[in-house]
Amino acid sequence: MFATFFHRAVLTAISLLFGCTGEIITEKSGNLNLGVPGVMCVGGISGFTGAFLYEFFWSTPETANWFLAIMIPLIFCLLGSLIMGLIYSFLTTTLRANQNVTGLALTILGAGLSDFLGGYLVKQTNSGGAFVSISLSSKYYMATLPFANDLGWFGEMFLSYGFLAYVAIIIAVIAAIFLKRTRTGLNLRAVGENPATADANGINVIKYKYFATCIGCMISGLGGLFYVMNKASGVWSSDNLEPLGWLAVALVIFTVWKPNLAIPGAIIFGGLSILSYHISANNAISLPLEAKPLLEMTPYIVTVVVLIFNSLRKKRESQPPEALGLAYFREDR
Amino acid sequence: MEKIPAVRFEHITKAFGSKVVANKDVTMDIEKGEIMALLGENGSGKTTLMNMLSGIYRQDEGQIYINGEEVHINSPKDAYDLGVGMIHQHFKLVDLFNAAENIALGMDKKVTGNAKKIEKDVREICDRYGFELDLKKKVYNMSVSEKQVLEIVKTLYRGASILILDEPTAVLTPQETDKLFSVLRNMKADGKSIIIITHKLNEVLAISDRVAILRKGEYIDTVLTKEASVQSLTDMMVGAKVELDIERPDVKHKTRRLSINHLTILDKYGVKVIDDVSLDAYSGEILGIAGISGSGQKQLLEAVAGLQPAEKDSSIKYIDPETREESQLIGKSVSEIKKLGVSLAFVPEDRLGMGLVGNMDMTDNMMLRSYKNGHNIFTDRKTPHDLAEKVKEELEVVTPGISTPVRKLSGGNVQKVLVGREIATEPTVMMAAYAVRGLDINTSYTIYRLLNEQKKKGVAVIYVGEDLDVLLALCDRIAVLCGGRLNGILDGRTATKEEVGYLMTKLIDYGQEAETYDYHEEA
Amino acid sequence: MTIMKKHKSERDPLFHVVRRTDISFGKAMLIRVLAVLAALVLCGIIIVLITGENPFEMYKYMFDGSFKTPRKFWAMLQDLALLLCVALALTPAFKMRFWNIGGEGQVLMGGLGALITMKLLGDDGAHLPHAVILPLTILAAIVFGAIWGVIPAIFKAFWNTNETLFTLMMNYIAIQIVLYFQFIWSGGSNTIPIVNAGRETSTYAGWLRLPAEIDPSFTGSTVVPSSSGFLLNIIIVAVLTVAVFFYLRNSKQGYEISVVGESENTARYIGINVKKVIIRTMIISGILCGIAGLLIVAGTDHTIDTNSARGYGFTAILVSWLAKFNPFYMILTSFLIVFLQKGSIELASKTNNIINSNFAEVLIAIIIFFIIGCEFFINYKIMFNPRKKRKEAEA
Repeated sequence: MFATFFHRAVLTAISLLFGCTGEIITEKSGNLNLGVPGVMCVGGISGFTGAFLYEFFWSTPETANWFLAIMIPLIFCLLGSLIMGLIYSFLTTTLRANQNVTGLALTILGAGLSDFLGGYLVKQTNSGGAFVSISLSSKYYMATLPFANDLGWFGEMFLSYGFLAYVAIIIAVIAAIFLKRTRTGLNLRAVGENPATADANGINVIKYKYFATCIGCMISGLGGLFYVMNKASGVWSSDNLEPLGWLAVALVIFTVWKPNLAIPGAIIFGGLSILSYHISANNAISLPLEAKPLLEMTPYIVTVVVLIFNSLRKKRESQPPEALGLAYFREDR
Repeated sequence: MEKIPAVRFEHITKAFGSKVVANKDVTMDIEKGEIMALLGENGSGKTTLMNMLSGIYRQDEGQIYINGEEVHINSPKDAYDLGVGMIHQHFKLVDLFNAAENIALGMDKKVTGNAKKIEKDVREICDRYGFELDLKKKVYNMSVSEKQVLEIVKTLYRGASILILDEPTAVLTPQETDKLFSVLRNMKADGKSIIIITHKLNEVLAISDRVAILRKGEYIDTVLTKEASVQSLTDMMVGAKVELDIERPDVKHKTRRLSINHLTILDKYGVKVIDDVSLDAYSGEILGIAGISGSGQKQLLEAVAGLQPAEKDSSIKYIDPETREESQLIGKSVSEIKKLGVSLAFVPEDRLGMGLVGNMDMTDNMMLRSYKNGHNIFTDRKTPHDLAEKVKEELEVVTPGISTPVRKLSGGNVQKVLVGREIATEPTVMMAAYAVRGLDINTSYTIYRLLNEQKKKGVAVIYVGEDLDVLLALCDRIAVLCGGRLNGILDGRTATKEEVGYLMTKLIDYGQEAETYDYHEEA
Repeated sequence: MTIMKKHKSERDPLFHVVRRTDISFGKAMLIRVLAVLAALVLCGIIIVLITGENPFEMYKYMFDGSFKTPRKFWAMLQDLALLLCVALALTPAFKMRFWNIGGEGQVLMGGLGALITMKLLGDDGAHLPHAVILPLTILAAIVFGAIWGVIPAIFKAFWNTNETLFTLMMNYIAIQIVLYFQFIWSGGSNTIPIVNAGRETSTYAGWLRLPAEIDPSFTGSTVVPSSSGFLLNIIIVAVLTVAVFFYLRNSKQGYEISVVGESENTARYIGINVKKVIIRTMIISGILCGIAGLLIVAGTDHTIDTNSARGYGFTAILVSWLAKFNPFYMILTSFLIVFLQKGSIELASKTNNIINSNFAEVLIAIIIFFIIGCEFFINYKIMFNPRKKRKEAEA
């Protein structure tokens, strides 16, 4: 019972975790990328496109193999997200454009592009259907760990996910260690706190901003891929990805810019967002329909409370990076 | 015998925008193992020149040589790699990090080793030169001098052999300054080349081997410190001895206008920046405020203007010229003070960041003082427009037009706009902070003339200045602040530069009565 | 201990960038126009690559989307008015450098306020007459919008809470609140029926509309009683555009907004109460968003769902920013965006859905990228480093 709930929560949480970890790394460089929802959409649709091309054009059921079925969508997803990161970095870092405007435009681009491509691909199959499924790739993406079905609740809670779920957790842990313990992480945090100081200390601010944003976008994009492959089982629908992206932005605040806290945070947010569905699906209590939005609202309310709490407390360590949202130009005085 | 200099600038030129030339064809040397003072007034291009050596700016023209080789310094990293380290006036530290993290920042781990290794190496540097530094302390918990120590240690740790210090003593107490100087001497003995940017002559004479002088972006000369005197350096700094021919009309009808009593102000860290200051300002006089920068001048003026909260028992009373009614200004906001009928003009130090809005044009800037007039919900644009025209006309503001954003004007014209607007409010008290900083001689004289006109009208003028010659030529009385305390008030007509300088630097003991020159009210 | 490495940069970089202080208005506009043209060319190339058809033909189809028939034209104007209204709402906050990206939520809440009033006091509830309900509807929309706007402002003013993130979160809270009402008032279908237009009791109470006889936007059948024209919406927004323009440019409050936005230090220096200005301005921003919600619910849809704000809360940020916060320029920028949206729908039907209507968002994003990118060339100058200049001069 709880194990099933936990399992479902994690399926949503992993997308959030990818999105959040990527955005934390981006924001630590001082770039407030409000394009994350768009990046996740693009990550999802480019992975989907890769799988689609492989499944319907580049292979036959006889020649298809698991390695390419996994790698092609993965590479497409990373490339698509990377391009989004490059657009954002070029505009905000090189051309010093306003970060909010650029980010929102990026979200519009990502959501539009994924809707457009999604519709376009359906047309290409000539099946006349309203949706198209990439069952081959998603099958491999959804492959669980061994013993997932044999170990009862333990298997269901911890082993019953595709490999990307474990990748997400590993990335979050690595990101936490990277930010806290490594010299590069220290330098990155300095760029987000005080770019002029970082610059004066010989850190290449522009390079750091580019790398952090692009790598961050690639990680966020994986959240879209996970959603398509695992949560949606290979059926494209873009409706839920954009809200998920915004929830990931909220999660960044909720976790006070700490990727290690993002792991439990994502599971809490994931749990809250599926709680009403879970309760009504299991008929444990007959939950009125209108309780659903009230429950789904809670992650945002909690985030606002955290935001307010941190600004009231004024603790230096739990504030957003000092230079978040500001363009940097060395010769500005 | 030809020695290879540590640093050689050749024909360096740097301009900001099309109007401001910060450095013009500068050619000069810095020797190995010497302390060189780079002397010049505010705005003479000292910091800009050094920023090109440290990779913050790029020169428009000219070459830099280090140890005889031409170098291209495109970033601070390049500068570090060449052994150049600069301690900026505004420290380049990340507040959120502790000392050790700040030291490690931007360095390759292969070079520095792990945290333990860093700590050991830093300890070694501290012991060698006599620094005290807590490596675990967060920068936001540090005092200014601790931050400075951290900056210097950081720079040394990076193997700097050429150190640049930008106005290092501006924020230090005399004791801290002494300590800094002894450390600098240790470093020199160790073979480092040190450049100290300053405009304080006594420090130049105390610490440096040679002095290079810049004036208005141009290189004037380099002299040996032991052959220089305050007089000779001043002459070079200000150019051909300018006979300050400032008018000083006699004070008439001295009536008390402002009465400041036991004013105490704490900064955000709880340190007293103004400490029990009592001072009166009279109508028809110019009261000068002297002191090294950061002695509390800013807070004093802001407290009068209603921008600075004060501790209890502090009192600033305004005495109405007509009714002789007294009103307390402490605890009142700017608009409340205005409502009391107190007409206060204030020319703040930060002209474009506080006194004016850089992106607005002259009309809109004139409106800052008058926009609330009238009961209409709309602003009256006609009056400020006319005022802008008048100010432009009368003060000869050079601008493409009154609808040009004021940030595009030169410093002198910006100041004319600001002073013109403040005078137009027909004040009864006028305060001006560093009103001629960075201005050319002609504009400076215009400002002096305007202040004198106000004085003759019976306005109580308070003038905060840094140039002692001007203070002595312009002001009727000079109050000297030191470390937030009032060290004395001198008669501007009889005081000497030495007297003022002495009071500026030498804190008198508590309990000892400051020597004050005061007026008796004339009815 | 010395840490010295071999110095790497052996030569000057090719160019460096300096801030421009003097660029003529004409030159700046030229750069912007060139950017839009470049964007259109790029969009054309993309369209050709996808469809293989003549791009000029495609642009003509796009033009048809807004202008082919009077009905399309009025629909375009109506959308333009709504988008413009939200942009007008956000602009005072932006001028104050307060990043209100919560327009979507404020519009939704305003609309919800209107709907609740219409529903509770109209045919389904108290059966009050139209003349009573309409003012209350307007009031409710304004109050709801203002409350949603002022909450982040209070926290910003007193505790400096990050307003970008706060207003963003408020959007999703508003969306869920609307969803809640969708559930309780839909009778299970998730769609709230058109209010006060039931078959027996069509009072249209709280509807914001002009009589069909004087509203030319009732194209075709003017006899369908529940249809509603757009003219009143358009007139209201036109009035608001002028009002916001003069409010920002000529009123004392507008002046205070500019000063606070440019420099809080200067604002304090001349005695502006910065906290008060932040809160007051966000109330105004929220009120205008509430009016946008009113126009959507009482003036257009007569119902509400989570998409009622049409994403305009976000799009309007771009409209306002691209117009440099000038209400009159915003007419142009919101036209640009609505034109692209309408054009893409037309394009979709003309290309048999090879290009679907979502393509508009891609076009909009590309054009925005070019426009925000070109600002760089207006604000900065690239200086190529003279390497041989000096020698040439000497020779």
